[in-house]
Amino acid sequence: MLAILWKDLRIEWRTKEMLSSLAVLAVLLVLTLTFAGQAGTVGASAGRLAGALWVAFLFAGLLGIQRSFLLERENQCLAGLLVSPVDATSLFLAKLVGNVIVLGLMQALIVPLGALFMGSGMAANLPALAVVLALGNIGFAAVATVFAAAAVRTRAREVMLPLLVLPLLLPLVILVVKATGAVLGGTSLGEVGPSLTYLLAFDAIYCTAGWMLFEFVVRE
Amino acid sequence: MRARDFFDRWLPWIAGPAMLIALYCIFLVAPTEKDQGVIQRIFYVHVSSAWTAFIGFGTVAMSSALFLWSGHDRYDRVAHAAAEIGVLFCTFVLLTGPIWARHIWGTWWQWDPRLTQTLILWTLYVSYLMLRAFGGNDDLVRRWAAVLGIFGVLGIPIIIRSVRILPGIHPAVLMTREGDTGLVDPGMRLALYVTAVAFLFVFVWLVHLRTRLQRLADTMALMHAEQG
Amino acid sequence: MARPVVVEAQGLVRRFGTATVLAGVDLRVGPGTIVAIFGPNGAGKTTLLRILATLLAPSAGAVSLFGNDAFGSHAGVLRRRIGLVAHETFLYPDLTATENLLYYARLYRIDDGSERAAELLAWAGLDAHRTRPVRSFSRGMAQRLALARALLHRPELLLLDEPFSGLDAAGAEAVETTLARMREAGGTVVLTTHDVARGLALSDRACILNRGRLAWESLGRAPADAFAAAYRRVVGDG
Repeated sequence: MLAILWKDLRIEWRTKEMLSSLAVLAVLLVLTLTFAGQAGTVGASAGRLAGALWVAFLFAGLLGIQRSFLLERENQCLAGLLVSPVDATSLFLAKLVGNVIVLGLMQALIVPLGALFMGSGMAANLPALAVVLALGNIGFAAVATVFAAAAVRTRAREVMLPLLVLPLLLPLVILVVKATGAVLGGTSLGEVGPSLTYLLAFDAIYCTAGWMLFEFVVRE
Repeated sequence: MRARDFFDRWLPWIAGPAMLIALYCIFLVAPTEKDQGVIQRIFYVHVSSAWTAFIGFGTVAMSSALFLWSGHDRYDRVAHAAAEIGVLFCTFVLLTGPIWARHIWGTWWQWDPRLTQTLILWTLYVSYLMLRAFGGNDDLVRRWAAVLGIFGVLGIPIIIRSVRILPGIHPAVLMTREGDTGLVDPGMRLALYVTAVAFLFVFVWLVHLRTRLQRLADTMALMHAEQG
Repeated sequence: MARPVVVEAQGLVRRFGTATVLAGVDLRVGPGTIVAIFGPNGAGKTTLLRILATLLAPSAGAVSLFGNDAFGSHAGVLRRRIGLVAHETFLYPDLTATENLLYYARLYRIDDGSERAAELLAWAGLDAHRTRPVRSFSRGMAQRLALARALLHRPELLLLDEPFSGLDAAGAEAVETTLARMREAGGTVVLTTHDVARGLALSDRACILNRGRLAWESLGRAPADAFAAAYRRVVGDG
């Protein structure tokens, strides 16, 4: 048993990959939690719920989005796509929409659960909530889809995606938690304020960037 | 190669004296701040580093875009070098910030908007560098890193605005808005601008050195491979 | 030039990091021709094929397909006329054979997709298995389905990487017949293989790729002994 342990430690020390990636990942996690927590201080329990929900969405979502490219990995199906007349932007849109749908379905399950466990007498504004969640999903998926295509082909796959994507998503976390908290507390869409506008801007910027740059990510 | 001549021969002679002038300004031209005392002088390097760190990331992004557009390896080398040097300046901001904060407010960390923005920038830098370090050495990874750099810089306007509306954030003490330094004394202003310019020169020079080193390393690796 | 050239590669170089896999390859193939590329492992055959399929961009050099730049802005249109059969099957293991073919039919915007899929399933002898997930297929069955996938859109240029590996005699013969029929219809085939006998019998021209260069090319059909001598000369023994 000791021999195995020693060998593992030795390999780890040689490459130092996992150590440093985990260290950075830990920093990113703490930051994400902090921002979600801070952005969720508005409106007490609604805000706390919003923060907790989005942290859950982020991590489950990252796994789900990663899967969307793992699909193409077996038997090199991605090559099959690249050899076909389909262009990279269509591929990006297809994956993006697919991921947004998956995120939405996941939220449809988690939000009621979350409200059950944590909420206490909240006046939730459902249509507004759906809009805010959708906006958050689009921004999240736009960024994550681009880098999932990349992460699935590097060595330290499972660690790479959050590492690449969380820093880009930190502003999204701030904005979407604030907006979600407001909406869970009963605010109407018009009154949510600048977080909604910035969220829209985030989505627009990253959907366009992904659309234009996906070609470079996916073609050799 | 006239541009390279400039970088190789003249730049050190500009950057070096610029730093000396900056030091002179920081310690002898700018007056001592009445409330904070001598420790306030750290502010000049702190803010200059921050500006350089942000400009540094802009350099990463621009080189990345040029790399994707043209395919020339040299732009990729510049991007990588700019990231390595930029992260140093960024780390410096995050180190001097707490030192200053400790003396002013008694705590090691304050959720000051500028510091928070710089922290996020730092994570962008680190994720870029980790991708390059652990992704491997092939063309694809360089493209991905370039895309990461561009994505990062696109987010900076949103980062700045979203941090400002973060509820738990404390208003900055000496700065009223980004861009407005809030400095009244002309001596202080001079010290800040001189230091900022000096830091920029040093940044450019270091990036140039690092790029040159990488170019040599790449050439050697290629020669080795061709012989083997 | 009497006949239009289908594949024209000039000075192809491809590097991966510091390794140079292709060190300057020139190749011209006209229509109605089958070219077989031989060579030891690591010679760069797969890389060359992937570049011709526009999957991989060369580090230097140019490729034109059907007279157009293979990596220009209209590469998508060109891909409609190319089929690739690689070592991996490009098939989704959790979808059935029919679903896989219908998917590719839609990707290539084939009008008679379902008829074509049925036709090719029958040709591949997989009709009985058409509703089974590809995951359950044997290597030989998957290979045949992959070939069916590549033929769906009636490509004018077919690129195959070691098509005979994993096939039994009957399967290999079916492939040969299909390729010969393609040639008669004016199509072009470039294949890599280790099966010298089959490759030489089938092809109109044979090449040997060694260490990233086309070290030898026959002018017409290569007789087996001339080829063997050339191979020994170029690659060395063992």
